[in-house]
Amino acid sequence: MERLNKIWPPLAVLLAIVAIWWYAVIATESLIFPTPAQVVTGTMELVEDGSLWEHIGASLMRVGVGFSLAILVAVPMGLWMGRVEGAFRTLNPVFQILRPISPIAWIPVAILWFGVGNASPVFLIFIAAVFPMIVQTAAGVHTIEKRYLRAAENFGVSRAKLFRQVIVPAVLPEIIVGMRISLGVAWLVVVAAEMIALRSGLGYLIIDSRNAGNRYDLVIAGMIIIGLIGLALDGIMRLLEKLKVVRWRYGR
Amino acid sequence: MDAKISVNQIKKKFNALPVVDGVDFSVADGEFVAIVGPSGCGKSTLMKIVAGFEHPDEGSVNIDGKPMTRPSPKGIVISQHGSVFPWLTVQQNLMFGLNGDQQHGEKAALADHYAEMVGLKGFENAYPHELSGGMLKRAEIARALVVKPEILYMDEPFSALDALMNLKMRNELLRVLSEERHTVLLITHDVEEAIYLADRILVLSPRPTRIQGSFKVDQPHPRKLSTPELQQLKEDILSQLGL
Repeated sequence: MERLNKIWPPLAVLLAIVAIWWYAVIATESLIFPTPAQVVTGTMELVEDGSLWEHIGASLMRVGVGFSLAILVAVPMGLWMGRVEGAFRTLNPVFQILRPISPIAWIPVAILWFGVGNASPVFLIFIAAVFPMIVQTAAGVHTIEKRYLRAAENFGVSRAKLFRQVIVPAVLPEIIVGMRISLGVAWLVVVAAEMIALRSGLGYLIIDSRNAGNRYDLVIAGMIIIGLIGLALDGIMRLLEKLKVVRWRYGR
Repeated sequence: MDAKISVNQIKKKFNALPVVDGVDFSVADGEFVAIVGPSGCGKSTLMKIVAGFEHPDEGSVNIDGKPMTRPSPKGIVISQHGSVFPWLTVQQNLMFGLNGDQQHGEKAALADHYAEMVGLKGFENAYPHELSGGMLKRAEIARALVVKPEILYMDEPFSALDALMNLKMRNELLRVLSEERHTVLLITHDVEEAIYLADRILVLSPRPTRIQGSFKVDQPHPRKLSTPELQQLKEDILSQLGL
């Protein structure tokens, strides 16, 4: 019952939006903008010829590869910058300059360096995901409470143990927050990147549907699917926050 | 007999502000010494210096006759806010300080032994946020005892607990100490706590702090604070503190 009470209000808002959309299309007698029913029919077309799964799979694969590479680089880098003052002083300004550059602005550079294959969007996702994660991880190391570091010093533990049992678990909640932010940005970027070149992916689906005969039903379908997958990805990252080793940080 | 801890004329300034101004005392092996002082007088700074976390500008701290240069497992600090790692279970916390090359099983057994000693049997696999404040404090004491330290440095250890738990933990501490005799240096603002626990009480002056009085407490444990002698002692200490 309580669950139902939580689900009802957002569901009602969504239904209202669909209703207004439907009414507006009919009232304005638009020839191009589709009704919700047309969007559903269009989506079913894509499901039936199997191309929807191909587009989704292609986008997810690019995000998966770029995001994984970003984790592999950002976490060690962030930990290092958090622990070594000199590294932080040297590298932080560089990352602070690179971070606000929209990944979209990198698209021409990506095409120049990596061509129009899969490598370009993977690179763009890497660029989008890596900086927030580095910054978040380094900040996480900096905010480890002194009393814990003191205790570790008091017990005279080795560097390896200090890292394994104090630094990494203390920062893990921040790393997960960084991952969540990064994955959100990465998903934004993959769609934008696919609009430029490529022959697959949800971004390509949107642009191609518009170019190939104003199929706005498929444009809207693509947008809604992007939103739903983004929601699902965020949900998966939220599951990480429920892990026992990080629950201490997010409240009980 | 040589002193376990000997503090020789230490002075410490923060910027131009003198905080510790020529403190001089010693603690015998197995002795329980309490240091009381008004809040903000530099008690915690003094404790950090004696435990090796900070260096005095002048003077020295010797442990077993050797100069103290940095913290070591020989003397474990237990502080007001605690430092039990929230990301490790009780058992993992208790095993944290065991750096020897024993088998994992031996370390776990040792940890469980001390968990039981402080009354945490059955909570070995609990995470700290699942424990109450008092249990957390027990876990911290147990984690210190596991490494068999010669000295316990306690900085306001029970002042974050509620009044009842505070009283209870005093008795728990005495019970644990009667099983394994440690040298204890306790810093507190609570005069009754000092009288209840310590063999000797040093009274600090306001900042810049120095030792302005020393009282021996001869009564055996368990003590009753309502006896005339201890009441008198409390009066004397309070009047030294200007109350």
